[in-house]
Amino acid sequence: MVKLVYFAWVRERIGKSEEDIDLPDSVRTIADLLDHLKQRGEGYAVALEVPEVIHVAINQEHCQHSDLIGDAREIALFPPMTGG
Amino acid sequence: MTLPIKTQVQADDFDLQTEIDALASANCDIGAVVTFTGLCRDDNGTLAALELEHYPGMAELEMQRIASEALQRWPLDGVTLIHRFGKIVPGENIVLVVTASKHRSAAFEAASFLMDFLKSKAPFWKREIRRDGKIGSWVDARDADQTALERWR
Repeated sequence: MVKLVYFAWVRERIGKSEEDIDLPDSVRTIADLLDHLKQRGEGYAVALEVPEVIHVAINQEHCQHSDLIGDAREIALFPPMTGG
Repeated sequence: MTLPIKTQVQADDFDLQTEIDALASANCDIGAVVTFTGLCRDDNGTLAALELEHYPGMAELEMQRIASEALQRWPLDGVTLIHRFGKIVPGENIVLVVTASKHRSAAFEAASFLMDFLKSKAPFWKREIRRDGKIGSWVDARDADQTALERWR
């Protein structure tokens, strides 16, 4: 079980701010995860339509799409940051 | 001596002089304090406010990581980073960077580095609230901000 958290327009398009899900063994990397989530419904498909723009953090630290999920407790998906 | 790093994520406004005094009074070796304040601006008269969303927990952690990186690169005597969230109207403060050092060049360069990294790495997102009451769009990330990061590699 991993906790997924979503921010900004990713959160809006998916329609929730967080959820706990079980991942199949075939989902090993962040790229796998994004592919897997796209199958969960239209909101996910729209939010993750262009996966290259989605930023991801594992356990509150930035990561790459090629990174392994391992035993991550929390994975966050969000658009490019616009603070400052 | 532990280096004073202060990072804060808050809804409330901050006071520039209070933050400068806190850094400068900690160490009499400090010869230079540089501050950068980012404000909410209204480009074409249609903006009522910006709503800033953030990732609680990671925002603080990432600001700590960015500050630590600056301390490794420059001989700094202190760094303060404050980022606000929530509704912020044009003219109000959004972000504060304060760097202190013996000499000005390190303080200037580090402040610039910190701002570039805050913009593209700290998990905050701005959304426009328009004067006609409508929720506007999410602010797009600028390519220029990404380019600004490259020069520190």
